[in-house]
Amino acid sequence: MLVARLDNMSGNSDADGPQDSQVVVPGENLGQSEGFEAGHGVLIKNNNLLATKNGKLTINGNVLSIEPLHSTYIPRPSDLVIGFVEGCTNNIWFIDIGAPFNSILPMSLGPSKASFGSTRQVLDIGEAILCRVQEVEETHSSVVTMKGMGLRKISSGSIDDIDPHLLEYLSGDGKNSLRQIKEDSECRVIAADNGRIWIDGDIQGIISVRKSLHELSLNSRLVKQGGFA
Amino acid sequence: MGGYGDIQMIDENGLRMDGRGPTDIRPISIETGVVPVADGSCRMVWGANEVIVAVYGPMEAHPRKIQRQDRAVLDVRYNMAPFSTTDRMRPGFNRRSREISKVTSDALESVVLLEMYPRSKIRVEIEVICAEAGTRCVGLTAASVALAHAGIPMTDMVVSVASGKIHDVVVCDLNKEEDNYGEADLPMGILPNTGELVFLQMDGDLSPDQFQTAWDYNMQAVDAIHEIMIEALKNGGEK
Repeated sequence: MLVARLDNMSGNSDADGPQDSQVVVPGENLGQSEGFEAGHGVLIKNNNLLATKNGKLTINGNVLSIEPLHSTYIPRPSDLVIGFVEGCTNNIWFIDIGAPFNSILPMSLGPSKASFGSTRQVLDIGEAILCRVQEVEETHSSVVTMKGMGLRKISSGSIDDIDPHLLEYLSGDGKNSLRQIKEDSECRVIAADNGRIWIDGDIQGIISVRKSLHELSLNSRLVKQGGFA
Repeated sequence: MGGYGDIQMIDENGLRMDGRGPTDIRPISIETGVVPVADGSCRMVWGANEVIVAVYGPMEAHPRKIQRQDRAVLDVRYNMAPFSTTDRMRPGFNRRSREISKVTSDALESVVLLEMYPRSKIRVEIEVICAEAGTRCVGLTAASVALAHAGIPMTDMVVSVASGKIHDVVVCDLNKEEDNYGEADLPMGILPNTGELVFLQMDGDLSPDQFQTAWDYNMQAVDAIHEIMIEALKNGGEK
C-alpha cells in the first residue's frame, strides 16, 4: 500500500523530454512542442506537448501519439465491423457496433431484398452481422452496409470481444498473431475493426481461440510494466 | 489546544488524535480495474474512507433532450451505501448526494475534453462504501483516476483535498472527529499541473489568515496525492 506523506514526494520524471514507450497519464507534460507534431491523445498547449490519455507514448518520426491502455471504438469509413441488430423500423435496422452510437443499416444496403415493413423477417433483433462502415458524420452517427464481398449475417460460431487497440498485436507473425491462432485452432477467425472477433469451427477450436484472445488481453496489461512485446 | 468534552483533539506538541501533524494527510491507496464490466474503474482507500468509482461510456445520451450537439454530457452520481456510516443511510438520492454529484460534475467538466464526443454521455458512478469525513474529496479524486483509466481524454486530473479548523488551529485532511467537532472545513479541487482551482466549498468560518493557511495546506498536499494517482495508473494494481 502506498502511503501519501508530504515527506516522500519525488520530483517530476519529464525533465528529459518524451521517451518512446513510456506510460503517460492525462495532464502529463511531454516537453516542448518545437519540432514535434501532436498525434492521437496529445495536445499542444502553451508550446508544450500535453498527454490527454492514459497509455503508452509512441514517437513516430516527429509525431507523438498515445496508444491508450483502454479504448472505445470510434467508427471510421470502410472499417469492417461486427454488429448486433438492436432494433428496426419498417425500412431501417439499428446496429450496435460497440461505438458510442448505434449505426443505421438502411434496407437498401441490407443483405437481401426486403419489402417495406418486413425488416424483421430478413434480420431479426439480436442477430449478428458482418458489415462495413460506409459513412460517419461529424456527430458520430454512422451508416453501415452489407453490400460487399464477404459481408453477411453471422449464424454460426462464436463472437468474442477485445479492446480495439489490441488488434494490432494480432497482425504479424508472433505467437499471438491471427495467422498462428487460425493455424493452431483450425477455425475460421475474422477480426473486425471494432474489436469483435468471429470464431467459426469446432467447439475445441473455438475454446482455444478464446483462450488465446483472453491471454492477449491479460498480457496487454503488462504494457504498464514494459513487459509485453 | 483544541478539544471537545474531555477529549483533546490536538496535544501540546501539535499532534492530532491519530498522531498526524497539522499538514499530514491520511494513508491513501488506489487500485484500478476493480469493476471488470465498466470501461474504467478504481477503488480508492483514503484513511478509513473507501470509494469505488465506475465509468461507462461515451455512450448515446438518453433521453434525447439531454443531448448536446457540440459536446458530451457528464452524468455523475455520488451515492453513499446504507452501511457506509455508523447511522444507517437511507438508500437512494437525497439533497446532499445531489449537491455533491453536481459539484463533482462541474469540477470534472473543466478537464474532460467533452467536445470530442458530441451527443454522447459519460456516466460516472461514485459509490461510497465506507465514510470517514471528506468523501466528496475522495469521490472527486477517484473519479479522475477512473476517467483516465477508461481512456477518456482529459487535460489534467483533478486532485481534491480538504483542510479545516479545530479550535482555531488549521489542519489538513480532517478525520471524522475533527470534521464533526471542528469549526470549519475547506474542500478544494485543484489541477496539479497548473495549480488551477476547479472546485471550492467552505463550511464554517475562517479568518483571512486561516483561509490562507488552509489554502496553502491543500496546495501542498496535492502533489503527494497526484503522485499516488499516477502510480496507480502507470503500475496498476489491476486485477
